[in-house]
Amino acid sequence: MHISEGVLAVPVLLAGAGVTVIGLGIGLKKIDAKKVPEVSLLSATFFVASLIHVPIGPSNAHLVLNGLLGVLLGWGAFPAIFIGLFLQAILFQFGGLTTLGINTANMAIPAVVFGILAKRFISLKHPIFSSVILGILSAVALFFAGLLVALSLWFSGKSFLLASKLILLAHIPIAVVEGIITAGIIRFLLKVKPEIFGLMDKDIKGFME
Amino acid sequence: MTCERLSKGNSILHRADPRIKIFFSILLSIEIVYLNDFLSLFLALLFSIFLIVITRIETGIILKRILIINFFVFFLWLTIPFSYNGSHIFSIGPLKINYEGVIFCLKVTLKCNAIVLFNMALLSTSSIFYLAHALDHLYCPSILVQLFFFSWRYLHVIEEEYTRLKRAATLRGFKPKANLLTYKTYANILGSLFVRSYDRGQRVYNAMVLRGFNGTFWLLKHFSLSRLDIFLSFFMLLLIFTLLAINGRFFFN
Repeated sequence: MHISEGVLAVPVLLAGAGVTVIGLGIGLKKIDAKKVPEVSLLSATFFVASLIHVPIGPSNAHLVLNGLLGVLLGWGAFPAIFIGLFLQAILFQFGGLTTLGINTANMAIPAVVFGILAKRFISLKHPIFSSVILGILSAVALFFAGLLVALSLWFSGKSFLLASKLILLAHIPIAVVEGIITAGIIRFLLKVKPEIFGLMDKDIKGFME
Repeated sequence: MTCERLSKGNSILHRADPRIKIFFSILLSIEIVYLNDFLSLFLALLFSIFLIVITRIETGIILKRILIINFFVFFLWLTIPFSYNGSHIFSIGPLKINYEGVIFCLKVTLKCNAIVLFNMALLSTSSIFYLAHALDHLYCPSILVQLFFFSWRYLHVIEEEYTRLKRAATLRGFKPKANLLTYKTYANILGSLFVRSYDRGQRVYNAMVLRGFNGTFWLLKHFSLSRLDIFLSFFMLLLIFTLLAINGRFFFN
């Protein structure tokens, strides 16, 4: 969920911007100049995926896939999410410039934390086990992103408490569906293109043994 | 996607230098978030409407976007007036409404719409290519600018690819419902989308290296500040200081 402009308190916006600047710094350092086309194409794919609306119960929600983003890009999730949000701000006016920092941080922190954690569980020998674990972790990553959104509202003023609770509640079913879909994607990628998981590693062979 | 169509026009703002536009849209956004006075917020909204009228973007598009943006604001209107810790409470039937909560929501609505309209007038009137070029001039890290440019360049390609995969699924009788089969199908569609874009990324890189790419983007067209840009900068500075002065008038009294 994107927080609109003019809602959050200035300290929260500044904290988000600070975290995002640090994350961008680390992320950009990890991206080799040779990897730019691949990383950009994956960023663009995540942007397209976030436009897909998936039915959940009687309603629907758009995919975020921040857990998968963290698995594939590691710290590169920061620039990827930043660019996605910046494009949305320019093209559709979703989110905006002052909230770019906090919105990026809210989605990218869980992506990096759970992505790097989840990557340890990838193994070609046990594809079903890997995809289930990664599905669960990416569901947690999305829920965590919702928690950060709720917290940034709550830190902006106690009056946001009701809104925060509702947002957190809405993230539960979305997280479950994201987990299922991410597990499916992981299973597919392990079958078809396992080297994609080594994109951000210097030595691709290392993790496949 | 028809998202870049706002950049096709021939108004003053379409012709202005993107460097100036990016700089002032960031400055204005930050200022409006900081403003806390009704008169200055109203003025900000008024000027943002003035700028958007100048761009001569179709009214229908503007209204549609404004409507989507206000979805989040509407959500706040549904919650904040009832949960705000204020002293002035009036009730309609069983509902207790806080006066301060309503004031807060009103301010948020003004801020949000003013910023969105300013950004639409200033940023959406440039093509993404020129914005990326301008970001490069504004000391944005080179790799970030490249990522931004490439992501945009291939966005439509990947979207087309997705549409094709989705069409293939639809032709085989796929109807999205809230069930496991739907999620599995989406997972497979997205999985092949990722594989294709990964492969394409490698192909793009190889093609670039074959053409002698060494990390530098050579540009044929360069920015130059015209009289219009200087005039626009003066106008923006005047606007920014006026809003600050009006917002601060209570401090001076």
